[in-house]
Order: sequence, then C-alpha cells, then structure tokens
Amino acid sequence: MLIRATVNGVERAVDVPPATSLLTLLREELELTGSKNACEQGECGSCSVWLDGEVVCSCLVPAVQADGADVRTVEALAENGDLHPVQDAFLAAGAVQCGFCTPGLVVAVADLLAREPHPSEETIREALAGNLCRCTGYQKIIDAVRLAEGALA
Amino acid sequence: MSVTKERGWIGESARRVDGEPKVTGEFAYGSDLGTENMLWGATVRSPHASARIVSLDAAAAMGMEGVRCILTYKDLEHAKTFGLEFCDQPVFAEDVVRYFGEPVAVVGAETPEQARLAAEAIAVEYEPLPLVTDMEQALRPDAPRVHPFGNVLRHVHILHGDVENADADVWVDGYYETAMQDQAALGPEATLAVPADDGGIDLYAVTQWIHVDRQQIAPCLGLPEEKVRITLAGVGGAFGSREDIHTQIHACMLALRTGRAVKMVYGREESFSGHVHRHPSRTWIRYGAKRDGTLVACDVRLLFDGGAYASSSPAVVGNAATFACGPYEVPNVHVEGTVVYTNNPPCGAMRGFGAPQICFAYEAAMDALAGKLGMDPLDLRLKNAVKRGSTLPTGQVLEGPAPVSELIERCRAIPLPDDEPPAGRDPIAYPGGAGNVSRGEALKRGVGYAVGFKNIMYSEGFDDASEATVTLRPTPDGPVASVRTAAVEYGQGLYTVLAQIVRTELGVDEVVIEPTTSRNGSAGSTSASRQTTMTGGAVLGACRAIRDALLERELAEPITRTYTHHHAPTTGLDEHGQGSPHAAFAFVVQRAVVEVDQELGLVRVVQVATAQDAGRVINPQLAEGQVEGGTAQGLGLALTEEIQLQDGVIRNASFTDYLIPTILDVAPVVTEFVEEPDNDSPYGVKGVGELATVVSTAAVAAALRAATGRVLNRVPVHPDDLVGIRSEATTSGPAPVPDVPGQKSIPEYLGLGLGQQMLMKASDE
Repeated sequence: MLIRATVNGVERAVDVPPATSLLTLLREELELTGSKNACEQGECGSCSVWLDGEVVCSCLVPAVQADGADVRTVEALAENGDLHPVQDAFLAAGAVQCGFCTPGLVVAVADLLAREPHPSEETIREALAGNLCRCTGYQKIIDAVRLAEGALA
Repeated sequence: MSVTKERGWIGESARRVDGEPKVTGEFAYGSDLGTENMLWGATVRSPHASARIVSLDAAAAMGMEGVRCILTYKDLEHAKTFGLEFCDQPVFAEDVVRYFGEPVAVVGAETPEQARLAAEAIAVEYEPLPLVTDMEQALRPDAPRVHPFGNVLRHVHILHGDVENADADVWVDGYYETAMQDQAALGPEATLAVPADDGGIDLYAVTQWIHVDRQQIAPCLGLPEEKVRITLAGVGGAFGSREDIHTQIHACMLALRTGRAVKMVYGREESFSGHVHRHPSRTWIRYGAKRDGTLVACDVRLLFDGGAYASSSPAVVGNAATFACGPYEVPNVHVEGTVVYTNNPPCGAMRGFGAPQICFAYEAAMDALAGKLGMDPLDLRLKNAVKRGSTLPTGQVLEGPAPVSELIERCRAIPLPDDEPPAGRDPIAYPGGAGNVSRGEALKRGVGYAVGFKNIMYSEGFDDASEATVTLRPTPDGPVASVRTAAVEYGQGLYTVLAQIVRTELGVDEVVIEPTTSRNGSAGSTSASRQTTMTGGAVLGACRAIRDALLERELAEPITRTYTHHHAPTTGLDEHGQGSPHAAFAFVVQRAVVEVDQELGLVRVVQVATAQDAGRVINPQLAEGQVEGGTAQGLGLALTEEIQLQDGVIRNASFTDYLIPTILDVAPVVTEFVEEPDNDSPYGVKGVGELATVVSTAAVAAALRAATGRVLNRVPVHPDDLVGIRSEATTSGPAPVPDVPGQKSIPEYLGLGLGQQMLMKASDE
C-alpha cells in the first residue's frame, strides 16, 4: 500500500503493509525515531505527532489515514540547530530525566501554547493528562510550560 | 522553580549533558537501534504459571515466511541458567514452566511481524501442574514445590534484647499488606546483538549494570567475557527493572546462530512478563512502649513473595528485615523475615528495594501507637528517632549523620496548603476530577506523616566498587576533560553530576562523557542510590590524581588517571542477625495532604512536603527531580498501582489497566534538603534516588486514615476501602517461621550455581 504524505515539510512516498500504524511508518520506514513506542494503545502520548495540525497518538492512526496528509513530528521543532522554545524550556526547568516521554510532551506543550498562550494550571494539567511520564512526577514539566510560555510571549 | 545553568559546578543546577538529543528526538534508546540486514527476535512465553511441557513443535513455524531461526532449550549448549544472586533462571524452560510468561523459545525473522506470527505458530502442549500463588500457602508443608528443594528462598532472623520480657505499658499490633508493583519504565527492554568476526558478539543493550550482564551472558554463549562486548543503549527509565537479564541472551544466541544482527524489543504487554516486579508483602508488627511514648520493643514478622526465581530477592528481604523497626531506637527487637518462591512472576529490584513495604507497616503502626497513647504522631517519632551514635536492631551503630529529628521539624514547618472552599472549583480540582463526578459535597481533608530510611550502596559484605578514568588534554581552545566509566545513566542525571565534579576539580568547562561500554572497568550497578557516591567518588579520585600530576608538570600532553572507589566495608548477619550490614544510611520525612470524597471514595492528593537527608546536594534541580518522581511512584502504590494476578496470570498488562499516575494525579511536591555531610563519602553526599519512594506510600496512606478514620492496612487503597464497602485486610496470625540452617539464602546452602553477583562477592572476601 503506497502512502504519500508530507512529513516535516518533505513529500514522502512509502510502501507499507496494510495494517501499519503511522508510528511504525515514521519509525521503521522513515527512520524518524523521535516519536516513541511505549504503550501501543494510545495511553501514554509518547508517539504524539501533528496530523493535519491536530495532535494524535500516531500508534493509533493507521498509516493509510496519513495518505495525502501533512505530518509533523518532534524532529520538525528545532530549526537550523536552534531548539524550539519549548525544548529549551524542558532543559532549563529540569523536565527531562530518562527522556522517553519527552518528545511526546514537547509536541503536546508546543501544541497547547500555540492554541492557548497563557493557560491556567488546570488547563495545563488537563491538556497533558494523556502524556505519561514515569520519572519526573510532572512538577518540572509544569515549570517548563511556564518557562516556554514566557519565552513565546 | 529552579532554572539550569548551562555548565555548573557542584552545588549548581547544571543543565543535563544528555538533554539536547532527548528534547529533539535524536537520543537513541535501545528500541531505536537498528542496523543493515538485521533480524528481529520474538519470544514464546508460557501461558501457564505452572505446567509441564509435554511437547514443542516448531516445524510449521520454521517454514513460515521470513523465519530464519527458532531456538529452544535444546539449543542451550553451554550454561543453561542465569541470575543475579543465583543462576536459577532457565534461559529457556526445559521440562516445566514456573511462572506466567516464562520464555520457552525465541524466533528470529526478517520483520517483527513475521517473528511474532511465527512465535504464535509454535505449538507447545502443556500439562498444567499444581501451583502455589499465595505466599503463606507456599510455607505449608503440603504446598506444591516451585523448586525441588522447597519454597523458602531466604529467611532472616534478627534478635536484639528480649522482646518477650520487655517492660512495655502499651502494645499495638498491626497487620499490613502491599501489592505487586511494576516499575513501568516507559522505554522498553531492548537489545541489538551483532555477531563479530572473532566469534564474539557486540551488543547494545538497555541495562543497569553492564558487567554483571556480561557475567551472566558469556557463560550461556560459551564465550570468554572479553568476547562479549556490551555498549549501553539509551535507557528509557529503569527503577530496578533493568537489573535482570531480559532480551540479551536470547538476542545473542539468535545472532550467533544466524550470523546476522538481531534486534529484540518487548512491547508493553510483554514487558510486564519481561522484568521483575516489586515484591508483594505481608507484615505483622507489634510495638511496645512506655506510657510516655518511649519505645521498648518491636516484634516483626514479614513475608515477601519472590515469585518463581531468585533474582535479587535475598538482598531485598535482608533490607526489609534490617529496616523493619523503622528509624527508631528500640532496645528489644525480634524480626523474622522470609521471602518465598511461588508460581507468581519473579520479583526483584524496584526503587526502595524492600524499604517501602516495611515503611508502610512500621509507620502505620507508629500512628496507631500514637493514637493509643494519646500522643501527637510526630512527637512520638521525635521521642524515639535515631541519631548519630544510635544502635540499630542489627547492633550496627549509626556512625554517619542521622538528622531524623531535624528532618521531622523541617517537614512540619513547611506551610500547609491553604484550605480550599468545596464549591465552585475547576472540575479537575475535585477528587476524581477529570471524571467530573464530584462537586465537593462530601470532601474531607486529611494530613499524614511518614518517616523512613534506607541503605545507600550494596550491603551484607558486598564490595560494589566503581572504577572511572579521567583524561585531561590540552586543546587550542583550552583544556578538555573526558570521562570513561561503565556506570549506567538511565535518566537520573548521573553523567551531569560527573561532569559537574570534573568541572569543579579540574576547572574546565568542556567535559565529555565517553560511550559507556564493558571495555571500561565495572562501575557497579546504577541502583541502591549509589552512583553519585561510588562513580562520583571514582571520578573525584581520578581528577585529584590529575591535579597531583599537574603540580609536577604543565599540561603539554594528555594526562590520564584511573581511580577505583570503594565504600566502607560491611558484614553479613551472624546467627542472631547481628553485624554491620549497611555502608551508609539516608533518612527522609514526608507529609501528605489528601482530600477524600467520602461518598465516592475518590482521592485527590493536595500536596506532599518532603524533608530529605542528602549529605550534600550536587545538583539541586536533579535532586528535586528525584524526590518529585520518587514521590509519584510511591503515590501510585498507595492509590492505583497493582499487578493483578489470578492463578499467577497477570490480568492487567497494559497502561490501560495498570494505572501509573498522570499529571492529574500527582500533587505539588515541596522539597527541602538537610545537608549534613557524610564524612565517609565524596563531598559528603548521600544518594537521593530512592528515599521519596520509601516513604510516600506510607505518608499518603496516613493522610487517608486521618481523613477517613479507617484502618486502611493494604495498599493500593481502593475507593471501596475508603467508603467501607471492602473490609480491611485480615489475617489468621503471623506466618510460621521456616526451619532454615541460617541467615543465608537456601540455594547457597545447597551449593546451587552461584549467581555472578555472589561470585563477585565471594572473590572479594
């Protein structure tokens, strides 16, 4: 099954078996391994990517659904070697430990702040409730959102 | 909020040295690795907790598309078992399986899907055997035997003073249970094994201790250790779950057989069977005190379920038994601690290593005692808290800092969160928030404290030394330092701390941490809160040797120095459980504030306040991160985390059904460190990784008891417990004391194959 999609601004055409997920297409066919596979059932958010501007769990999206779509992954956030303000904020706030959840969280936070530049703490918690982190206890992730909010303002 | 410095010295919140690739997605975790022309491995696992393998037919699977190799016990030409303390765990089950998920075969195929389909097509006929899945049943003489020598893995006996004749005015009795917890590291088990031209193997693996992996892998492959070359793959969290072998031996066997590189990665469901878990526990505890609150006696019986194989259970029960009376001065102590084999999944290391289970018990009993005496719970603890010079139940004297009283006062002084009006909140600020079920009609706030402690570094005679090499070289832009270590970073920030030490000692900005491989000397395990002390100490020693060299000459050419750091020697336990089993201790106090919806049994944790003994903080932001993350894991055990077993079969092997805390479940954590340097340790540091997990389960449970007035003697606490639908855990009396020859593990008395950690211990003695 041939899938044509724009991935991080580049037209790509990939031939994959019918049951392939968007996550597998990204990781195994395009070698974009920034999106992680931690639960395979949409519970943890580690595989979050933008599909036509909406954040989705790419493990739950059949690759065929990305045919003709615009896909953006965590790899698209840093530009010309400069970290995206959300990425920088995660490092400054100490919101990264093992880092396995980080790409998904960076995508989720960048998406949140693009939609809502000054979220309340309740809004932050609700927006990130689909992203599991086992290391940080989330406190410094909220700190990172606040730092990024300031940097993006 | 703390914000990082780009490059910090010790005491500063330096930015992570591995941070940038982690936020961009470039960091290569084990599951991200790959190479040209590689095969994928898949494991065939037992669906039964106890069964005889009647037949295994792989012929049809071998003929399937893309399948290149299928291996079973028949392919084990060398060592057939492995294990951390004893080699009791088969690489592949031969005639029987002893737990649900035990590996029976592996398949190597061209794609992961082909490997998985072939694994499903291997026909294994099982004849179910009697099984024992209850830890007390396992002690009965008529119980099915998990191993031919019986079900007792280790029993620890500690007798100090005379409990029976202790002059107590008041006694409290309690019975407590904790569930089996999963480490739930997000990054899965993974190995890439590449066969080498010299007949050896290069593997890239997710682990916590490269050298003990190699000691277990090499004999199973029939290779000398130097031909098994391990490089650390990126580790997506561990928390104890990567101490034991997972994919490594299977991937290497497939690679050596096929001559192809082989990648193995577990999915989430398989991961629940692919690593050990935190031991479920049952504890019977009895404190005796004078009317003024002075403790005079403590009598503890504890039982841990070790599952089907030994893993690190003997050391875990050693910890639990030696910590069983809490960080309190108790003159008369009697502890009987047992870990048994059952047909449940094997248990082993998880953050806290036996300490959280027993802390949940002794702190609940201390609260019950305070209630009986009519004392403030913290005043009772202050009256009995250990301090420098105190004697522990093992007879070991606390020679290092033990600022327990100060920790209690510091934690008590952290301001309580303001009361919040029950009406008119954002829905997510109610217990059960996102479920939108409460409007605050029946909320009750509760406040509870817990005090805990734990050993730092390995215990009971184990010399877990760490070697590190530092090179300082001149460059046109100034001197650059590099560090060679085999110590594993899995997220806690060890490499950042090492870089801070080098910057501080050598005054350089640029520090490179070289790839982590078995070519470097052993650094010991990244566990037991030990690496800042041990590998930090090794790097410090190497840096100081370089400074000594620089006193004699200019830096015209590179200077390299290697240093091995040892901790203070420890001893085993004598026949009465006396000795000096631990090298160092650290202490912690937490206060949890919870809100309970008394009608629905839903909980919101409002705040957790922490005062922790840290000796000296090297990186405040990383240290806070350990407290915050460790608290979340303890909160999970208090409220939601439980591996559900039915006849030994895991029923909830997914993140849909095994509930780790989300950002909606975790409360703000306020952290204060008490820095009383440990003179035995580099810079006076004490490890910070585990302590919050030791106490937070107990603190949350105490707060829930304060809110509800219920006994709540079992974690995780369910909504049914909070509204009184489910009654408290009951017992027919303490588990019997097994008849054992002494304090050591039973396999050791029987001369069964010593595991590599034990071999290392023996060779050091």
